[in-house]
Amino acid sequence: MGQPAVIAAARERAAPAVIAVSHLTKRYDSGREAIVALENIDFAVGDGQFVAVVGPSGCGKSTLLKILAGLLPATQGEAVLRGTPIDGPRRDIGVVFQSPVLFPWRSVLDNVLLPVDVQSLGRERKIVTAMELLALVGLKGFERRYPWELSGGMQQRVAIIRSLIHDPALLLMDEPFGALDAMTRETMNLELQRIWMESRKTVLFITHSIPEAVFLADRVLVMTPRPGRIMDMLDIDIARPRTLDVMTTPEFGTCVKRIRACFNATGGIDG
Amino acid sequence: MRNPRNVALGIVLFVIIMGVWEAGVRLLAVPMFILPAPSAVFVALYRGVSSGLYITHLKITFIATVLGFALGSALAFALGIAIALNRTVEYYLYPYVVMFQSLPKIALAPLVVVWFGLGLPSKVINAALVAFFPLMVNTIVGLRSAEEDRVNLMRSLKAIEGQIFWMLRLPSALPFIMAGLEVAMVFALIGAIVAEFIGAEAGLGMLIQSMNFTMDVSGQFSVLLILSVVGLILNRAIVAIRRRVLFWDVSVKANSGAAPIKGESV
Ligand SMILES: Nc1ncnc2c1ncn2[C@@H]1O[C@H](COP(=O)(O)OP(=O)(O)OP(=O)(O)O)[C@@H](O)[C@H]1O
Ligand SMILES: [Mg+2]
Repeated sequence: MGQPAVIAAARERAAPAVIAVSHLTKRYDSGREAIVALENIDFAVGDGQFVAVVGPSGCGKSTLLKILAGLLPATQGEAVLRGTPIDGPRRDIGVVFQSPVLFPWRSVLDNVLLPVDVQSLGRERKIVTAMELLALVGLKGFERRYPWELSGGMQQRVAIIRSLIHDPALLLMDEPFGALDAMTRETMNLELQRIWMESRKTVLFITHSIPEAVFLADRVLVMTPRPGRIMDMLDIDIARPRTLDVMTTPEFGTCVKRIRACFNATGGIDG
Repeated sequence: MRNPRNVALGIVLFVIIMGVWEAGVRLLAVPMFILPAPSAVFVALYRGVSSGLYITHLKITFIATVLGFALGSALAFALGIAIALNRTVEYYLYPYVVMFQSLPKIALAPLVVVWFGLGLPSKVINAALVAFFPLMVNTIVGLRSAEEDRVNLMRSLKAIEGQIFWMLRLPSALPFIMAGLEVAMVFALIGAIVAEFIGAEAGLGMLIQSMNFTMDVSGQFSVLLILSVVGLILNRAIVAIRRRVLFWDVSVKANSGAAPIKGESV
């Protein structure tokens, strides 16, 4: 039972950081008064690691993700991805947003192939990959359908495999299951774990939900209310693949309790 | 909606309206030059069509409308894109756009006829002028309507502006553009007719005008009937194209025939 956890831990120790964030600060100056959204954030994510970020609403989680995606400039500090500082969008990052953000005029297959079209990666070659990925998330036979013909959960699955099609080094996910109902959400968690175990991507996963973070992640970063700082960091040593049953184990409960205690200490409770 | 019972009821209603109109005109002895009976209108229509008179004039108005629509739409589309995408162009041109927008464009028709003569060019230009604005405004609004998340997605993939335009902004703008085209088509017909009122050698507008002088009211009614059919056909053509192009748009599937456009004057 303990074997995969040991392997994961060993791999983390051996692997260099894919992404290293140091002294990252973000201040929004647009409004009447400046808002400090992030303050002095430091963390690193090892190759193939699944890191979840939890924090109360408005603590700057999306801001952090946008900076890492190169969509927003940082005010101070930097984030280094595979040795080069992030100073704009780049091709080795995949992003999944809270809503699926599919293009209704593109079929499911064409939506998955959007990064391929944008980055001219060769459609013929990538169609095979796209079909495999569609099959992986149980959407075989839906490739010619259009997004509006799909349920919310199916749409989000399309969004996830779209973020994988160009084989990015880092996957950024901003509350990808926030809009789904509790049941679908649990299924999607299982599915994401499966996709992650097969693809072995480095993932930064943002969520409101403490159980979701503990269930999915190797490591959970807990953020304070605004200005967002990293308050706690917790390694989750539960063996994989994890089933929904782990949520009832004492180990799981201990992790959830510890994170919740952080939130209570700062007055913000969420999820 | 279109089941046999409703069709039958529709026909019955039509017959009743015509019957009441016919009977009313006859019983009250309304003079022909105020309100003709439906029978008189149909007689005028038959005469006009069978003699070929209406067809000749219809062709001219139709050509002016379609050419004006094409010209106005092409310019509106090009200028709309330029204004939506380029801050400098917007800065220098938008004040004029706003100024022109509040002006009833139809008031320019007499000038247009003076400048471009009694022939086809003045009709085409007037139709284009009137058709231009709704499409240009809708093109600008449409190109700016792309959802922020979608733009962010494209940016995160390192898409260049040209790709964002072709893959995202233009498709997002299509519902607005199609609605603008629908309005532009109706407006082009109005523009052509009004220019023919002002001064023309031929066309349905000129025909109405000359019938007005001879107090041929049943003739005018019959031409109005033709005009409404022309308007309907042109509109249906655009709607059919819209359905094909916007197969993915929810508002088309819900079949709202109305174009989402406000504050547009002819
Ligand atoms: N473009 C902006 N201009 C000014 N302030 C902003 C902007 N975007 C976000 N903020 C502010 O920065 C703070 C952090 O916002 P952010 O969206 O990162 O929070 P979040 O943790 O993702 O919240 P949620 O969990 O609700 O999604 C908020 O207080 C917000 O008001
Ligand atoms: Mg957020």
